[in-house]
Amino acid sequence: MSKQIEPFSDPGLPEHIHRKTDTDPFLEKKAERQVAILFLISAVGTVLFIAAYIAIPSDQFIFLPALGSTNAQQLFLGLGLTIATLFIGLGAVHWAKALMPDTEVIAERHEFRSEEIDRKDFIDTVKTQASASGLGRRSAIKKSLGLSLGLVSLSPLLLLRDLGPLPKKSLEQTSWKTGTRLVTDPGNQPIKASDLEVGAVAQVLPELQPEEERTLNNIAKDAVLLIRIRPEEFQLSPERLSWTHEGIIAFSKICTHMGCAVALYEQQTKHLLCPCHQSTFDVPRAAKVLFGPAARPLPQLAITVDSEGYLIAQKPFTEAVGPSFWERSS
Amino acid sequence: MSVEKKAGALANYVDERTGAAKWLKKNLTKVFPDHWSFMLGEIALYSFIILLLTGVFLTFWFDPSQREVLYQGGYQPLSGIKMSAAYASTLNISFDIRGGLLMRQIHHWAALLFMAAIVAHLMRVFFTGAFRKPREFNWIIGIGLLTLGIVEGFLGYSLPDDLLSGTGIRIAEAILQAIPVVGSYLAFFAFGGPFPGELFIPRIFTVHVLLLPGIFLALITAHLMLVWYQKHTQYPGPGRTEKNVVGYPLMPVYMAKAGGFFFIVFGVTAFLAAVASINPIWLYGPYTPAQISAGSQPDWYMGWLDGLVRMSPPLESHLFGHTISWNILIPGLIVPGILFTGMALYPFIESWLTGDKKEHHLLDRPRNAPNRTALGAMSLTFILITLLVGGNDLLATHFALSINDITWASRFAIFTVPPIAFVITKRLCLSLQRHDRELVLHGRETGRLQLMPNGEFVEVHEPISTAKAWILTQHEQPAALEFPTEDSHGVRAPKGALNKLRARMSRAAVEQVAKPTIQDAKEIEHH
Ligand code: HEM
Ligand code: FES
Repeated sequence: MSKQIEPFSDPGLPEHIHRKTDTDPFLEKKAERQVAILFLISAVGTVLFIAAYIAIPSDQFIFLPALGSTNAQQLFLGLGLTIATLFIGLGAVHWAKALMPDTEVIAERHEFRSEEIDRKDFIDTVKTQASASGLGRRSAIKKSLGLSLGLVSLSPLLLLRDLGPLPKKSLEQTSWKTGTRLVTDPGNQPIKASDLEVGAVAQVLPELQPEEERTLNNIAKDAVLLIRIRPEEFQLSPERLSWTHEGIIAFSKICTHMGCAVALYEQQTKHLLCPCHQSTFDVPRAAKVLFGPAARPLPQLAITVDSEGYLIAQKPFTEAVGPSFWERSS
Repeated sequence: MSVEKKAGALANYVDERTGAAKWLKKNLTKVFPDHWSFMLGEIALYSFIILLLTGVFLTFWFDPSQREVLYQGGYQPLSGIKMSAAYASTLNISFDIRGGLLMRQIHHWAALLFMAAIVAHLMRVFFTGAFRKPREFNWIIGIGLLTLGIVEGFLGYSLPDDLLSGTGIRIAEAILQAIPVVGSYLAFFAFGGPFPGELFIPRIFTVHVLLLPGIFLALITAHLMLVWYQKHTQYPGPGRTEKNVVGYPLMPVYMAKAGGFFFIVFGVTAFLAAVASINPIWLYGPYTPAQISAGSQPDWYMGWLDGLVRMSPPLESHLFGHTISWNILIPGLIVPGILFTGMALYPFIESWLTGDKKEHHLLDRPRNAPNRTALGAMSLTFILITLLVGGNDLLATHFALSINDITWASRFAIFTVPPIAFVITKRLCLSLQRHDRELVLHGRETGRLQLMPNGEFVEVHEPISTAKAWILTQHEQPAALEFPTEDSHGVRAPKGALNKLRARMSRAAVEQVAKPTIQDAKEIEHH
């Protein structure tokens, strides 16, 4: 490629073409009227808005195709506001486009770098200032200042310490103890094995002692699902089998992935499904993970019955429930 | 008094008290180029203003407290149910405050629009190369606004404390808890103890209405001041150069258009809020950790994160009595961290790879930067796949597919489809360049056929205008960088490997269809 490269040349800004509204006084007047009409429509919108606020009862619902049952006041307030704002906007834009000067203007740019002489001056000044501070020479000052600045910036962090208590062992503990009765949620009634048919699921919580209150913090760790299948369908180790009672098996309802409630039970397949990220757990095999991002089975709660035949916990959970954390040991 | 006289008197009044005549004159006649794609940033700004206005309205009634109350308000189906004060007050805003539901819905629609506008604006800036020197600061501010916007939106829809948003908070807590070594401490500090506690909503309320809006205001101000000072970029065209800016003066044209556009954006969000219900929290019920609404979906700007989490394989390490949840860390922190850091650093990476240290005020046509455009398409494809997987349960029910199949397909697609998108986009850019070259050298196809003396039909081509020819050829096509990997004695130069990478990337960058020159055009004329 020896030939000299000659690019195409810039023809420059095209000549300005006048709009019809610039040359035809009739059209100019017409555009002016249009802008005024747009602004007036906006005013009508505000009137509608005020009327809806005053005249429509706030609990009146109307049925509209495509929208369904809609609160009439909110709808008309909204439509009024829409008209009021939209038409101010349309009017202003039309005004600018049809009537304000439409000649494009050229402004020059300047390079951001300053003139060489100013730059040199500036850089020299900064250098002088830096040397005047003597930070380079006085290393004791430099180091001690560094230390104190570093330390003082730690104090806000220290102040944040009381944002919360230390976790200690609490992530590993639930309210389930040896002998705690299982009660229905909602309802707070103790249950017997016979209350649960084969194929049924129930959500249970630990029974409250008198004077005890149930908080969301408790529920977030204590929620348990009971599922009853035919005992011969279990594929469990002898130990785990001894944690079940007449085909009833109990799992923590809190997903081992990110803690959502594992709320969907498919009777046919005997799968528990977490709706958050679709982790799927196999009930007959101790909630083994079949699919999805969860890495661990749902913890199983060992259950049995007390002397009155009510379902109780044989012992606390043997592992932490819910999502993983650094200190978790299994 | 006429308008002119009044305006003159006002100008006089202001200058006598500030001495700002010179400065104001310069700035009131500031020139802004006009293009539809320059309105995307404006939409983001206007929706932010709408969020401020409606948000302040909501704070008048919203009660940021997780104290338990018995609901007695106007929504019958939940009457007598125990719930948090936050949820009850949101019901109150929706049912008992006139216009409250409308304001809530405008707030939420404006939040969706805000994020959509930021993303669209970011794409415009990326694909046209507007982030190049001297505008790198504004690129970084923009990435900051995008990141904080995602956080702000998430905190916002967590405030009502309904079943759906409580589930989102639960997931956020699990992400905190999964951070190695300090995770459970961070979670306990954030929540003031075990999940959910009673402190989280009041805390995120302060962040949502005070801390982050303050930061937004500061960042947006800096962003706009830089745009002002550096002057807007412009698309190439006749008369538009690196040394000028062509457009309309601030007063009155740009002001009228921009001001009008604010009202249009307001009108559109008001319309959406009037007719399209969004986040009907009364249908979800109050939050309790043991329940969940099926088909939980976060807002769209969180959907990609959800998708990443959904497609992640069940990986967890158990080492010396400790647990590391890769299934949370990789999709929840590591991949987003890499994505956002990469985005923030992109202007510096590109200029380092191409050796381009010049100022740029004329925008690139995306086809003329094939690698960048292809990279953008690749990233978009990546995000699109994650977004789709974020709705995999909906996809499954709508199209009668198995969720397992979708998830497996996506695990495969996330690694293969984006690179394919890269290759296709790059080819597309090059073929568009070829097309441009054809246009300049041979003119436009007219569709008219002409009978040649030898009986052949040929299509008549019409030369394109000089303006068009200029637009198609004004861009630079820089040569590849050369780096010595060895010095004259055959010793490997320092940074040899890095230089090799740079040289390779820069060779890839110059792989373009040569733009036509006058000589090319003349040669063709001679034939
Ligand atoms: C970029 C800025 C903002 C975004 C993206 C945003 C987003 C959101 C979202 C998505 C919601 C949930 C609305 C719903 O109930 O469906 C929300 C709620 C709320 N926001 Fe904002 N917001 C922003 C700024 C603000 C500001 C500046 C304020 C106040 C000064 C505010 C006050 C509130 C309040 C009080 C609520 C809870 C009331 C309710 O949900 O009805 N927001 N926000
Ligand atoms: S929380 Fe259950 S699958 Fe993610």
